[in-house]
Order: sequence, then C-alpha cells, then structure tokens
Amino acid sequence: MSVAAPGGPAAAAPPRVETFYVDAIREALSEEMARDDRVFLLGEDIGVYGGAFKVTDGLIERFGEERVLDTPISETAIVGAAVGAAMAGLRPVAEMQFADFISCAFDMITNFAAKSRYRTGCAVPLVVRGPAGGGVHGGPFHSQNPEAYFAHTPGLKIVQPSTAHDAKGLLKAAIRDDDPVLYFEHKFLYRRVKEVLPAEDYVVPIGRAAVRREGRDVSVLTYGAMVWTALEAARTLEAEGIDAEVVDLRTLFPLDEETILQSVARTSRAVVLHEATRTGGIGAEVAAVIAERCFECLDAPVVRVTAPDTPVPFAPALEEAFLPNAEKLCRAVRVLVGF
Amino acid sequence: MVQLTPEQRIDLYRFMRRNRSLEERLVHLYRQGKIVGGLYRSLGQEATSVGSASALEKGDVLGPLIRNLGSVLVMGYSAREVLTQHLARASSPTGGREGNLHFGRPERGVVSSISMLGALVPVMAGIALAARMQRLRTVAMTYIGDGATSTGAFHEGLNFAAVQKLPLVVIAENNGWAYSTPFRKQTAAKCLADRAAAYGIPGETVDGNDVVAVFEAARAAVDRARAGGGPTLVEAKTYRMKGHAEHDGQSYVPREELEEWRRRDPIERYAERLIAAGDATASALDAIDRAIAEELDRDVADAEASPSPAPQHALDGVYASGESAAEPAFLRRLV
Repeated sequence: MSVAAPGGPAAAAPPRVETFYVDAIREALSEEMARDDRVFLLGEDIGVYGGAFKVTDGLIERFGEERVLDTPISETAIVGAAVGAAMAGLRPVAEMQFADFISCAFDMITNFAAKSRYRTGCAVPLVVRGPAGGGVHGGPFHSQNPEAYFAHTPGLKIVQPSTAHDAKGLLKAAIRDDDPVLYFEHKFLYRRVKEVLPAEDYVVPIGRAAVRREGRDVSVLTYGAMVWTALEAARTLEAEGIDAEVVDLRTLFPLDEETILQSVARTSRAVVLHEATRTGGIGAEVAAVIAERCFECLDAPVVRVTAPDTPVPFAPALEEAFLPNAEKLCRAVRVLVGF
Repeated sequence: MVQLTPEQRIDLYRFMRRNRSLEERLVHLYRQGKIVGGLYRSLGQEATSVGSASALEKGDVLGPLIRNLGSVLVMGYSAREVLTQHLARASSPTGGREGNLHFGRPERGVVSSISMLGALVPVMAGIALAARMQRLRTVAMTYIGDGATSTGAFHEGLNFAAVQKLPLVVIAENNGWAYSTPFRKQTAAKCLADRAAAYGIPGETVDGNDVVAVFEAARAAVDRARAGGGPTLVEAKTYRMKGHAEHDGQSYVPREELEEWRRRDPIERYAERLIAAGDATASALDAIDRAIAEELDRDVADAEASPSPAPQHALDGVYASGESAAEPAFLRRLV
C-alpha cells in the first residue's frame, strides 16, 4: 500500500515493487535505448521471441526490428558486426544466447575489439552480454563461466553482477563505457534474486568492488552467484564465532585491487571463491595481487575455493559435487582461521 | 556504365605507379635492415587495389588488407604514413604501436584490418549496418584473399550481410596463393565468384590485372549496394608476383606461371592502353613517374629522420580513460 505524501494524494509515491535480476537487465537495456538512440541490440532469437531467457522480451515491440535485430546463428558475425557498428559510432549490445557460445566469437573480441584502441586509436564501445554459470543442469555447454579466457586480454573490461541493483547499474555503465565490456549475467540468479531498485537513473561504476558483509576474521573475495553462497556461509560461520567479510568483486577485469587489499589488511586471511574452474581463474589473479601487495598482512596462505578442473557435468549429483557451496567454503575458512 | 574522365584515367595510372614505387622504396629499406618486421608485397596486384577503391565515393568506408597499398593511397594515405609505419617511428599513425598497413583513418573512411584473415568481412558488414541505421548513403567495401574465403568469418559475415541486404562490396582477390598453399588446395570451387550463389547475392569474376575492368565491376557493385540491392562478391583474378612476405623466395611457385603473369603486368598493360587511346604520351607518363620518385625521395628521407617512440608509450592507450596499461602491481607500490 502506498502512503500519501505531504503534498496530498496526487503526489502519492508509487508502490515500491521488487525487481528480479532478469527484469533489471531488461530495464537497463530499455532505458539506455530510450535515452540514447545509438544503442541497439543484436543476437539470436532476441527480437520476436524475446530471448531464450526472455531478457529482451517486449523490446522489439517498443523499439522496432532495426534496433532489436534477430540474427543468424553466427556469433562471429554478431560480435563482428557489433565491432563495425561501434567503430561507426553506435553502441551495440550483442547477446550470446549462452555465455558458453562466446568462444565462437573469441577472435572478434580478443583481437578486433580489445586491441583496436591501442593499435589504431579507434574506439570500440560495445557490450557483449549473456547468461553464464551453472546450477541449472545445463551440462558442459550451457553452464560455463568463461570470464578467465578474457581476463588475459588487455583492452577488455569484464563485469558480473550478483544483485538486481548491480545487474541494472553495471549494464548501464557498460553501455555508456567507451571500451568493450563483457557482461556476464548469472542465469541461476535471473528469477531468484530481487530487490527494490532506485526510481532514478543510476550506474554502478565499472572497476569498483562492494563489501557485502563486514567481518573481522577472514575475507571471502567472490562474485556472481557465489556472493550469495558466501553470505550463506557467513551466517553459518557467525554461529561458530567466525566473522567473515564478503567482498563482491563485481568487476573482474580490471580488478578493484584497493578494495581487495583493504579488506585483507583488516582480516589478515583471504579465501577466493568462484564457480569457474580453478587453474588460471580469476581467483589465481586475486591471490597473486594479495601475495604481491599485501604479503606482510597475511596470517595464513591465500586459499581458493572453486570448481575443480573438469568440464561442467550434467547429472545433478555430479554438478552438485562440481560446484562450490557454502559447506565447502566453511571448511576452507575453518582451516584458515585455525592456521 | 560510368565513363572515366581523362583525368580519372590518368589517376588510375598514377595510383598504381605510386603503389609500386613506394613498395620498391620499402624493399630497399627492408634490404638495409631498416624495416621492422615483415614486408608484404602487392607487386602485380596494383590494378585490383586501385581499380576497386577508385569506385568509392566520399563518405564510403574501406577495409583494406595487407596487400592493398594501392587502395589506401586512393583513400588518401600518404607515403610518409606508410613509411613511418614500416619503420616503426613515433610519428607513424599508430605511434609505433602497430606496423605496416595496419592502421585505420576514420576521417578518411579506412578501417584497419587485423592479421586474422576473414575478420574484416563481418566488421565491415557492421559498418554498413551502422551506416544504414544512421540513414547514410555509405557503402562499405572490403577485400578477402583466396585463402581467407575458407574461414568461418568470411562465411558468417557475408551471410549476415546478405540476409540484412547491407551495402557491402567484397572484393575477393584471387592471387593464386595463400602463403605457399595454391588455390586448388584451398577450395574445390572453380572460382570464388561461384561462392556468391550460396548467399543469394550476385558474384562476378573480373580480370584483376585490368584496372578499368576492376573499376567497372566494383563501381557496378557499389552502385547496387548504394541503391539498396545488397552485397556483391567480385572476384578479381590476379597473381601474387612475390612470396608471402619479402623473406619468402616462393620456391613453390612454378617459374613458367610467374613468367606468364609477368607478361600481364597491370601497369605496363595500362600504360600501353593509355598511349594507344591517346590519353597520354609515353613522355607524359615518364614525367608522372619522375614526379612520384622525387616526392618519394623526400618522404623516405623524412621518415628515416623521425625518431623511435619513447619506451614509456608502450603503456598508453589501452583504455579510453587515458590510463596507462596496468604495470605490475609491485612496481606501482614501490614507485
């Protein structure tokens, strides 16, 4: 129920409705398209069908088929055309139906888009977005977290929101950014997390992490759906007298090193938690940053809790064994605290 | 059919000669060890580059490849820009961050290629798409070698452009060789123009060593694209008279084949044609050659006198913010 504002019933505030993560993404696309006619979308089944996950549902009716472009099954052409359009002054947002398929556009992203400004001074302000992550029994090709492939490519920026607020704000920031941004949304969160979003226009700046829970004993550095896993673990640990801090990286490249280091300087212990597989993952980079810049403030080794180095398995029992969870995180934290 | 004015006919000659003469200077610098990296020749292919790019109008956009020196000269690149790029000088268009013809000039409508061949086709389709969305009359033109028509990017880009009926012209430069791989090991198709049928677009084969024929075919494709008729694939049959790059002695190329194509040299053929048609005298063409040589003397001297980039600029320009690329974290902490 809304409450009448002092100005009388005419000025009544609208009811504060909670927005799901998936709808927050659509709001960001829709608002940016309304705000800036250079912004357009292209991808497979995003127009008439509204996207495999309905992220772009209704946008073709509002903005027309020229700005919500259904394409052939052609990730190279989708991202390639986005690169060309970005060079020509537009702000394309390319959808990968699943983030797994971004491998098909690897060359366009890493060699064309990422290096263009450095090589030739030509800006490529595009966004490539798509659903990443497991937990929905998608198997090896519909569950991957491909961020680390791209974190080795200077010129790119990589973000992954964990909340509906950030899903909207980070996407708006990505669209307004003058460099290519990869925006990985976690499909597990689409219709599982929601919150009341600010009524006014806002962005979440790229390059800034957020402390989701303050704690004294250990820093859990994580992102995406694992932020919620970390918060769940923190509640369990609290009952055991362990006070965990949870840092949501939000931007995976370039990392917000200052927020990471400030947190670890306070707690003296660090666990990096991610759903992507272990070797060469974002966690390895975070651990290296801590080791290089904050070695003397550590009371224990930096530990990674990640998926193991295997493809994502299909059967629920196997996938559950593969994915990190609160219990696995709690075990690692207990070892660290007792080190 | 658009008729070339006498002035335009001479321009075609001038650009082909500038292409060849500039490249001869680059060879000289290469042999002196002054060129940084490889040198990729376009000897014998000048008519394909110059004829096709000359079919564009102001406001059109070109995506050239490494052997399209003639094309970028038509688009307004200067010899100094090309020389400083090859010499890796601070005054080069990329400040030494890139080499050879890998530089773009948005104000002149030129997009830089990357070394991954085929990649320009979808990107140029994107340029054409953006132009149409902005209600511009722009046509995008790009090149593809016989070798790169085997890539997925070529297929995806041309298919996308065809479905969208984009104003895109793709010049398939069939020079017979992809590094050491001959055409017959690249494709089972008889000719590259046949591939157009797979996309539902027009395909045409022209003599790539006949600058006027290339111009006319390219102009027809450009006009069709501008009128909303969608993409065209124009195959220009030519020959790579040198190895893949200057280090490559092309031992795998049959000598008699080279000899046969030498007799079809595009510049000699065109000069004879101009003289026979009364468009120019031999001495007038000689005067053009001399003027180009004198200009190149100055350009080479200037380029050689330019300094190398200062090392700290290696970190510039990765992101828009103007921040340097992230140096190792411990350095940042110590400094």
